[in-house]
Amino acid sequence: MSRVLSWDRSVFVLLVVTVAVGAVIDPDFAGGSNLGFVLQDIGEIMLIALPMTFLIMTGEIDLSVASTAALAGCVLGWAWQASGSMAVAVLAAVGTGVVCGAVNGFLVTRLGLGSLAVTIGTLGLYRGLCYALLGDTTVADFPAGWTNLGFSSIPGTPLPYVTPLLVVLAVAFGVVLHLTRTGRWVFAVGQSVEAARFAGIPVARLKFRLFVVTGAVAGLAGIVYDLRFASARPDGALGFELAVIASVLFGGVSIFGGVGTMWGVVSAVLFLGSVRSLLQLQGVPGNALTIITGGLLLASVVIPVVAQRWSAFRERRSRVLAAATP
Amino acid sequence: MNGGLRRVLAGREAPVAGALLVVLAVTTAVNPRFLSDQGRFDLLVAIAITGLMAVGQTFVLVMRHVDLSVGSVLGLSAFMAGSAVRGDTGGSLLVALLVGIVVGVVAGLVNGALVAFLRLPALVVTLGTLYVFQGVQALLTGGTRINADQLPTSVVSFGVTGFLGVPWLMWVCLLAAALGGVFLRTRRSGRDLYAVGSNPPAAELVGIPVARRTLLAYMVSGACAGGAGVLFLARFGGVDSNAGIGYELPVVAACVVGGVNIFGGSGTVLGALLGAMLLKTMGVSLSALSVPEFWQQAINGLLLLVAITADRIVLLRRERSARVEAARHRREQVDAGPALPTDGADRAGHDGVTTTEVVR
Amino acid sequence: MRPTRLRLVAFLAVAAASLAACGGGSSAGAGSSSSAAAPSESASAPAATAGAVKEGLKIAILPKAINIPYFDAAYAGAQKACAEIKAECEQIGPTQATGAAQLQFINTVIQKKYDALVISAADANSVVPALKKAQDAGVAVVTYDADVADTSARSVMVKPTTPDLIGKSQVDWISKAVGSGGGEIAILSAAATAENQNAWIKIMKDELAANHPELKLVDTVYGDDDAAKSAEKAAALMQSHPNLKGIISPTTVGVAAAAKYISGSKYKGTVQVTGLGLPSEMKAYVKDGTVKSFGLWDPGMLGYLGVYAAGVKASGGDPKAGFKAGDKDYTVDGDGVAIVGPPQEFTAENVDQFNF
Repeated sequence: MSRVLSWDRSVFVLLVVTVAVGAVIDPDFAGGSNLGFVLQDIGEIMLIALPMTFLIMTGEIDLSVASTAALAGCVLGWAWQASGSMAVAVLAAVGTGVVCGAVNGFLVTRLGLGSLAVTIGTLGLYRGLCYALLGDTTVADFPAGWTNLGFSSIPGTPLPYVTPLLVVLAVAFGVVLHLTRTGRWVFAVGQSVEAARFAGIPVARLKFRLFVVTGAVAGLAGIVYDLRFASARPDGALGFELAVIASVLFGGVSIFGGVGTMWGVVSAVLFLGSVRSLLQLQGVPGNALTIITGGLLLASVVIPVVAQRWSAFRERRSRVLAAATP
Repeated sequence: MNGGLRRVLAGREAPVAGALLVVLAVTTAVNPRFLSDQGRFDLLVAIAITGLMAVGQTFVLVMRHVDLSVGSVLGLSAFMAGSAVRGDTGGSLLVALLVGIVVGVVAGLVNGALVAFLRLPALVVTLGTLYVFQGVQALLTGGTRINADQLPTSVVSFGVTGFLGVPWLMWVCLLAAALGGVFLRTRRSGRDLYAVGSNPPAAELVGIPVARRTLLAYMVSGACAGGAGVLFLARFGGVDSNAGIGYELPVVAACVVGGVNIFGGSGTVLGALLGAMLLKTMGVSLSALSVPEFWQQAINGLLLLVAITADRIVLLRRERSARVEAARHRREQVDAGPALPTDGADRAGHDGVTTTEVVR
Repeated sequence: MRPTRLRLVAFLAVAAASLAACGGGSSAGAGSSSSAAAPSESASAPAATAGAVKEGLKIAILPKAINIPYFDAAYAGAQKACAEIKAECEQIGPTQATGAAQLQFINTVIQKKYDALVISAADANSVVPALKKAQDAGVAVVTYDADVADTSARSVMVKPTTPDLIGKSQVDWISKAVGSGGGEIAILSAAATAENQNAWIKIMKDELAANHPELKLVDTVYGDDDAAKSAEKAAALMQSHPNLKGIISPTTVGVAAAAKYISGSKYKGTVQVTGLGLPSEMKAYVKDGTVKSFGLWDPGMLGYLGVYAAGVKASGGDPKAGFKAGDKDYTVDGDGVAIVGPPQEFTAENVDQFNF
C-alpha cells in the first residue's frame, strides 16, 4: 500500500517537474494563454475522472461515460431548440446524465451484472440514442453568452471559466473521499466487499449512488463540451472513456479497488495534459504521442512493482550480508 | 465438479444458439433475401473477424484477465502481413498468414510477460499496449496504404471466395474455434486456465504454473488477433492506419454474450463464437428489417444489454435451483453423517458480487 | 458574376466528358479526361491580385487527421508552394479526425507563433472559437478541403470544386454506369454529421429529382469512413433493396469498401459503384470492371492554393480579392471561396496516370 501512495506522490512530483522543465525549455509552454488552454482542454476528462475514481475504488468501472456525456450534450441542444431556454436545457442535460447513471447502477447492483459488460452495452445504447435524437444534424445556435463561457477566459486572468467548476468539484470529491464516512465506505468496499457487508455497509446502495453521481457529472461534462465547441453533435466526446480511465489509473488508483487518492488523480490529469501540451509544442508528431500515452500508462504500473522488487531484493541482500558477517 | 461444470457450460450456450435461431428466423420471415446464398455468405464474412478474435479473447477471459489490445494488434499485423506480400515480392497467402500470426504472438508475449511475470493488472497493461501498438502501427504506416492492386491475387480472392458455400475467412475462424475448443476442453493445460480463473491463489497452491499458462493465453489471443489482421487484409483488399481501431469492446461484448464469465473460470470458445455470431447477425438484421438508420445503433446497444441480462437471469435461476439441490443434498448427508464444508469456493467464479475482481 | 461563368465553363467540361465517355470508345475516354482536367483558373482575365508574398513565413498545414493518403497528397502540393514562396512548411495534426483533437494543434500554432494556418476542419462548428482566437493572435487562417461554419473564422477557403459540380458529376457518373434503363440507387456516405457529404447529398437529391426521373434514390446509409462498417452497410443495402442498380459513395473510404464488396459478390456487373475515390485505391476495381468511372480532384492543388492564399494573407494582403498561385491567378467569390477546378473523372484508361 505504501508503494502505491508513493506512486501518487510521484505523480505530483512529475507534474511539478514537467511544468518547471517546460517553463525552462519553452517559454511558450508556461505562458498564461497556454496553461489556460491546457486547463480548458482537460476540463471534461478531469470532471469525469473525479467520480470515476470513486467507482474504480469500489472495484467497478463505467465505460459509458463518454456516451453519457455525448447524450447529455445532444439533449442540451435538442432541449434548447425545443424550449428556447438554456436553463431548461441544462437541467434536462444533467437529468439525462442522472438517468443514464441510474440505468447502469440498476443493472449492476440489482441484477448483479458485471459493470464492464453492462457499460459496454450502455456505451452503445447511449451513443445510439444520440443519433436517434439528432440524426445528421448539428445544433450550433447556442446563445453567444453561453458559448463564451466555453472558450473565453475569466476577465483579467488567463483562466478559462471552467476552472472554478473544476476546483470546487475536485475539492468536494476529495473531501468526501478522504474525510467522510462515505469515503471510508468506498475504501472498505474496495478492500473487501465481504468484509464491508459484514460491517453493515450498504454496498449495493453505495454503488448505485456512485453510478448516478458519475452519470450526473458526465452530463455536466457534456454541457461543458458543447459550450467549448459551440455545438451539440451525436459524435461528441468520442473515445473519452479510455482517456478518463487511463488518467485515473495513472493517478495511482488500483484497478482492483480500495487504493488511491483524489489528489493523485487530479495530479495525473494535469500531468498528462501538460506533458501532451509540452510535447506538442516541441513538435512531437501525433503518432509518437499515442505511443507515449500508452508508455506512460504502462510505466505507472511497471515502475512501482519494479521499485518494490528492487527494494525487496536489496533488503534481502543486506540481510544475507548481515547474516554472513558475524 | 467436472460433470457439473460441463452441464453448466452446455446450458449457457443453448440460450445463445436459441436466440441466434430466433433472430435468423424472424429476419428471414420478414426479408427472405437475408439468408439467400449471397446474404448468408456476406453474414459469415462479417462474423469471421470478430469471431476469430473472440475465440482468442476467451482464453484470456477465463483466466480472469482481459486483452484490450486486440484491435491494435489486428491493425499492426494486417499492415506487416500486407507489407510482406506486397508488390512483386512473390508472397503468397501462406506467407501473409505466417507473418500475421507471428506479429500477433509477439504482441501477445509482450502483454503476457507484463501480466504474468510482473503480475500487473491486465486491464491497465493491455490499455497501455493498445496505445503503444496503435502508435507503432501508425508510425510504420504513416500515410501509406496497401491497396488491392498491390496484393497477390491469392490474398484478395481469399477474402471473397469460399468452400461449400462458406467463406474461407469463416473456415479459418471455425478451424481456430475447433482447435481452441478441443484444447480448452480436453488438454490438461487447457483445464488449468479455468482453474486459475476460478481461484488464482488456489491454482498456484495446487502447483499449476500460473505464469506460464497466462503467457500461453495471451499468445493465443495475440495469434488470433494477428490472424484476424490477415483476414482483414483479405476482406478489404488493403489496410490503412485506422484498421482495427475500436474493435476491442465489441470482441469482449461477444464473449460476454456467449456466456464467457468476465470474472473468470467459465465459458467456452463455442459460446464466444456464438456470441459473436449473435451480435453481428443482430446488427445486420436491423438493416435487413429496414430499421431506420439512426435508430440502429441504439437498438443494437439495447439488444446487447438484453442478451447480457437474460444470460444472467438464466444463470441466477440455475444457481438457485442448484443451491436448493445442494442444500437438500447436505441435509441428507447431515442426517447420514458429519457435515461437509460449504460450497463457497466453488461458487466464487460465478458470483457477480465479487466485482472487485472484474478485470484482474 | 465570375464564379457563375466559371461554374458554367467547368460544368460544360464535365458534361462534355460525360458525353464523350458515353460514346464508349477508349480514345474518347482518354480525351474526356484531358478536357475535364482543364483547370478553371481565369488566366485570360487576371483579377486584382494581392501584393507579393513575404519570404520566410512559417506555415502550418493541419489536416483532419494525419496518416491519410489524401491529405499527404495535399501536403505534397503545399510543400511545393512553400518551396516556391520560400516559406517554412510543416504538417501537424491528430491521429483521429475530430474537432476536439484538432483544437490542441490550433493551440500549438498560436503558442508557436506561426504566421499562417491552413486547416481542413474535421468539424465545421467546433474549431470556430479556436480559429478566431488564432486570428486574434495574428495568425492568417485559410481553410482547404473542408470549411468552417462561420466564414469570419477564416480568410479564404480553397474548395476542391463547387459542391454543385461534385453532386451533379456523381449523379452523371451513376446515370452513365446504370444506363438509360435507370432503376433504384442508394448513397453510402461517411459520418452522418459530415458537412461536406451532407451538402453534396442534398445537391444530388435535387439533381436526381430535376433531371433523372429514371433513377430512384431509395436509401442513404452511413459507413462512418470505417472500412468494415462501410462494407457491411453496402451488403445490407443489397438485402433491403434487391433491385438496387447503383451505389454512390461520396467518400474515399466508402467507395473503396463498396467496390471491394461488389467486386467479390454476385452483384458484380449488375450493381454499379461510383463516387469520390483515390485512383490508387480504386485501380483494382476499375480494371476488373466493377467500377466504370469515379472521380476526385487533385488534392495536391488544395494544399498548393491554400499555402499561396495563406502567404498573401500573412504578408498583409487580402486574398479575398483574388490571389496568384504559381503563374496563375485565382478568383475568390463573395463568401471567400476559391475553386480549384472541376472534378477529375477516372476510368480504366486514365487511372494509371495518377499517383495519389
